[in-house]
Amino acid sequence: MPTPCVELRHVSLHYHSDGKPVHALEDVSLTVEQGEFVSIAGPSGCGKTTILKLVSGLMPATRGQVLIDGQVVSGPQKRVGMAFQNPSLLPWRSALGNVLLPLEVVQPHRAQFNTQRKAYEEEARRLLHIVGLDGFADKPPYQLSGGMQQRVALCRALIHQPEILLLDEPFAALDAFTREELWGVLQELWTARRCTVIMVTHDLREAVFLSNHVYVMSKRPGTIVHQQIIDLPRPRTLADTFEPRFVEYVRQIYDKIGEVRQ
Amino acid sequence: MSETLRLRLQAFLPPAIAMLLFILAWEVGCIVFNVDEFVLPRPSVAFASYLKWQTAIWPNALQTLMTTVVGFGIAIVLGVALGAIIGYSALMYRALYPLLIAFNSVPKAALVPVFVIWFGIGTVPAVLIAFLISFFPIAVNVATGIATVEPELRDVLRSLGASQFDIFRKVGFPRSAPYFFASLKVAITLAFVGSVIAELGASNNGIGNMMVIASSRFEVPLVFAGLMVVAVMGIALYAVFAVLERRLAAWAYRSRGV
Ligand SMILES: Nc1ncnc2c1ncn2[C@@H]1O[C@H](COP(=O)(O)OP(=O)(O)O)[C@@H](O)[C@H]1O
Ligand SMILES: [Mg+2]
Repeated sequence: MPTPCVELRHVSLHYHSDGKPVHALEDVSLTVEQGEFVSIAGPSGCGKTTILKLVSGLMPATRGQVLIDGQVVSGPQKRVGMAFQNPSLLPWRSALGNVLLPLEVVQPHRAQFNTQRKAYEEEARRLLHIVGLDGFADKPPYQLSGGMQQRVALCRALIHQPEILLLDEPFAALDAFTREELWGVLQELWTARRCTVIMVTHDLREAVFLSNHVYVMSKRPGTIVHQQIIDLPRPRTLADTFEPRFVEYVRQIYDKIGEVRQ
Repeated sequence: MSETLRLRLQAFLPPAIAMLLFILAWEVGCIVFNVDEFVLPRPSVAFASYLKWQTAIWPNALQTLMTTVVGFGIAIVLGVALGAIIGYSALMYRALYPLLIAFNSVPKAALVPVFVIWFGIGTVPAVLIAFLISFFPIAVNVATGIATVEPELRDVLRSLGASQFDIFRKVGFPRSAPYFFASLKVAITLAFVGSVIAELGASNNGIGNMMVIASSRFEVPLVFAGLMVVAVMGIALYAVFAVLERRLAAWAYRSRGV
């Protein structure tokens, strides 16, 4: 059996703000295999973002361990790419400049950034092309719609070829049409890259559409209450979302959440 | 092309007209109310005095300009450094801010005699006053720019394993640039005020010193000519930094749709 790519072992996390601790996560354990697409679904405030921050090394767990390839995570990892809940683009940079940002920071790209700039820009433009942003590379963020900004953020998370991609409700702020279009884009990117993806969402259809494996969390303090393997052929299309098997998966998870609530 | 010309005119005309009306009202007011030249000279009289004394005024004006620029330069270096420190560290902010406020609350004019005791009459007190008076807005603005960096933007960099210095270079610095340039506009005029104040009592040259000498000889039009030169130089310096701001922190204007 291969070592799991990402593993959380009995992880708990307490925030300390204004003196009183907030108990965000309680005894969360989960494993993500290499190349898997995993979704974590749960109500708002249950600690989904917190899990991603732990995996990315932005903060340490209060109890338990987070491991990547069997190694305890003790700080930010260059193997990880992250897209945040808000696009969080740097407003003074163009779309292209934003996509290039990780290459200016992460080795070995950083060392060759100036000499290889042309090639890197080409790669960034190629990514922008894949997400449908041809002709917007030189536009500043404020001239892009929310959906376009989120696409740029996705490119930025991918440009340095991370082995693990962390996505925090990447499409939550978008309208249904754009959201479902971007499901397809993301699926395509993932199929091409075969990186490991952990995506946080509160949209069960989104989770089922994209994932091999869906984890469901309870309200705060968040803990895993249900997991479901999604055994549907790929590539999945929007038409598939109306197929009985797809609908059945969504309903099963939905029912489970209902049970847990009572 | 004609569109940009129109926009330029729109930006330029209102202040120019306001200025002309002000000067006109002053001139007419003095004539109508028969104000003594010794009390308040008409602008035309002050201007005539300027033309008469030009050769004496300019070396003094340049001296004041140089004093201002040196003091302002020091204020930029130390203001940015201190601003970065208190902007980054909440502890340093809490520790140093009251001290900063205390220093800023001291009327700078009251420090002139102190500096004269320490450094004697000359350029040094004027440079120091220009520095002290313009330092505060720069430090506070840079600190604000850095302290208000959105945590998300910082996290974007941190998640890539960026060092503190990387984060400053890629986020903190560009993010605070609009604040920095906005403060420069204010600070340069303050620095100018500072050096003139110091020259009034603690210098043997400079436009402030010239005005003191003129008033002691009851050359009131020359005093006003000096004031006008100070005002014009203030506007010119302000304009230089306003243009710099527009150029170097353009994104902040664009994203606000201005
Ligand atoms: N920096 C913080 N300080 C204090 N409490 C926090 C902080 N970040 C998140 N929390 C709390 O922890 C809980 C989980 O937050 P989060 O992981 O952001 O939830 P989710 O992403 O699932 O909506 C929430 O109740 C939130 O209020
Ligand atoms: Mg969240």
